[in-house]
Amino acid sequence: MRTSTTLGLAAALTLTVSAFAASADTIKIAFIDPLSGPFAGTGVNGLHQYEFAAEELVNKQGGVLDGDMFEIVAFDNKISPKESLIQLQVAIDQGIRYIAQGNSSGVASALTEAIEKHNRRNPDDRVLFLNYSAVDPALTNDKCNFWHFRFDANADIKMDALTDVIAGDDSIQKVYIIGQDYSFGKAVSSAAVRFLGEKRPDIEIVGNELHPIGKVKDFTPYSRKIVAAEADAIITGNWGADMLGLGKSVLENGYEGPIFTYYAAADGITAAFGETGEGSLRLVAEGQINPPANDRAAAYYEAFKAKYPDGNISQARITNVIEMLAKAINEAGTATDVVPVAYALAGMEHENMWGGKVMMREIDHQLIQDVHIHAHTGNDVTFDYDNSGFGIKVEETVTMAAADSATTCEMDRP
Amino acid sequence: MDLILVNLIDGLVTGLLLFMLSAGLTLIFSMMGVLNFAHASFYMLGAYFAFQISLALGFWMGLLLAPLIVGVLGAGVERYGLRRVHQYGHVPELIFTFGLALLIEELVQFIWGKNQMPYAAPEILQFTAFSIAGNSIPAYKIFMIFISVAIFIGLLWVLTRTRVGMIIQAALTYPKTVEALGHNVPLIFMGVFGVGTALAGVAGVIAGPVLGTFPGMAFVLGSIVFVTIVIGGLGSLWGALVASLMIGWITTFSKAYNLRMEDLLTTLGFTKPEAIADSPWRDLWSITSPQIADILPYILMVLILIFRPYGLFGKRGV
Repeated sequence: MRTSTTLGLAAALTLTVSAFAASADTIKIAFIDPLSGPFAGTGVNGLHQYEFAAEELVNKQGGVLDGDMFEIVAFDNKISPKESLIQLQVAIDQGIRYIAQGNSSGVASALTEAIEKHNRRNPDDRVLFLNYSAVDPALTNDKCNFWHFRFDANADIKMDALTDVIAGDDSIQKVYIIGQDYSFGKAVSSAAVRFLGEKRPDIEIVGNELHPIGKVKDFTPYSRKIVAAEADAIITGNWGADMLGLGKSVLENGYEGPIFTYYAAADGITAAFGETGEGSLRLVAEGQINPPANDRAAAYYEAFKAKYPDGNISQARITNVIEMLAKAINEAGTATDVVPVAYALAGMEHENMWGGKVMMREIDHQLIQDVHIHAHTGNDVTFDYDNSGFGIKVEETVTMAAADSATTCEMDRP
Repeated sequence: MDLILVNLIDGLVTGLLLFMLSAGLTLIFSMMGVLNFAHASFYMLGAYFAFQISLALGFWMGLLLAPLIVGVLGAGVERYGLRRVHQYGHVPELIFTFGLALLIEELVQFIWGKNQMPYAAPEILQFTAFSIAGNSIPAYKIFMIFISVAIFIGLLWVLTRTRVGMIIQAALTYPKTVEALGHNVPLIFMGVFGVGTALAGVAGVIAGPVLGTFPGMAFVLGSIVFVTIVIGGLGSLWGALVASLMIGWITTFSKAYNLRMEDLLTTLGFTKPEAIADSPWRDLWSITSPQIADILPYILMVLILIFRPYGLFGKRGV
């Protein structure tokens, strides 16, 4: 009896959902990212940023075309590629044309392949892939396709900017590279070795090491090696608990130089570093939060904080995703046929809310933008992270980073 | 040479921390025959409670109160949960503690969220105690060593020199006889469970600021604690201590030195295959000690189970 009730309920629910999809004249964007499990914090925070951006930047401005509204529909992929493909199919079945995903390049590769296949087989209901965070360079090189657009700077572009800064600092003679033992950690390490070799062949790489991801209880032995190697700088792509563990451990055990990172901010990490990270932590990322680039950015951040007092704008690029998509849909004059929308997006230039211009490169659909080196600090940050009094502040900027970098991308255009 | 000394200290800290967890677990295991899967979850609760208390009353009150709360919780779990399940045998008990571990993790995420908590060592201990050849030893680590040694001595004294300890030891081996002599064995069980979980709580309180206070902290430490008590021998406090220290030093040293399998194999007289990239042995040749540091204790456990099934100091088999 109970089973049949549940079944009936589920069926009724499905009916309602599909009825909604059929009658709505909203433009839906599927947000496929982890909303449960160990990475749920990042996923939920990203979802809030999407919902806020869609509401604030599109819907409150009157929508796109003739008053169509953006709606973010959340799908939990538990950060598994397999689950993501199921959710992708559910989203497509609901008539959704725009897929946003960012956490994990493994998931992004699975999605981009599946979407290409789907679009080839179903020319009547093609979808676009808005990748806002997965930074594996392959996605805009060997694995690129016409339907994939990346709004974050990829790992190589970030490393290029990072090594520019290191190359300009003559006090850095020895560099230690450490990362998590998986594709992204390896990509960071090889990019670091390559760029340092080109820019500062005199720099000695005193350590290049991978550690098991998410399994290290205590980073002290690694810190000892780093200190013993007399490294002047550390480069790491670590994120989450691994970033915090490594960072705190090296600082506690006597390391005093800079730690160059990709992901050492927000989601509790900034608060946990607090005073210890001051003067050491450097972060390479797009999106200038502090000092606010202009009044608009400041007002936007304040409004976000008013709605989500515990949240952070940790992925500033999400506003670019929403604004550029809206612009492309308006230019194409349609939201249902994604081909003209994709053509409008490719090559689009856009005024970034967080300062500077961005350009979606036509050859590989990689967004070219300003990349900043941020410092973790408690001194005059307008918008702190984790309500901790500490935040990230732009120290140096590489304008339109890697705008003319090479790509191996060869995409078929419809 | 200096580095060896530094690593000895680091390994000691890791080992003693592990000891605090395994001491409680080994007592509980030997007394009730229950593998308490939720033991590491009590460690996590200790860290979270201490963090919450430290926000209002400071670190020291956290150190004092959090283990007490965890201990009371643990005793409650034994009294109202385990004791009821006990009559159905060991498997339901196992499943009960396993479910409890999942429940506690979800509960922690529900209350405190999924982010790492900014739980930090007290200001007064945030300085470098001394340094050896540029490697600083934080004062907090020295503090951790003192706390754990004090707890070990205290436990040893209670178990071997007091009347309560004697009754516990007797109840470990001959519960029926002890009961016949008029002692309240269920109460003893509850007490031991409470003290065991409180010890895990203490470990959580002092490890939280160093190893991070986040919902995955129980999972990271969970399995290694079982390995420790199996190596040390069930029910043996000395065994737990020796095994903890061994594991602490083994993992620390193998992470701190890049010993390569390649060197080992060449020393043993093997030659590296020319086309290493295509060789089926490629992974074996490229292994370094930091990569396998965390599985070494498990290898040690397997060896112990084969050659000395009752553990280093244990008196009966697993």
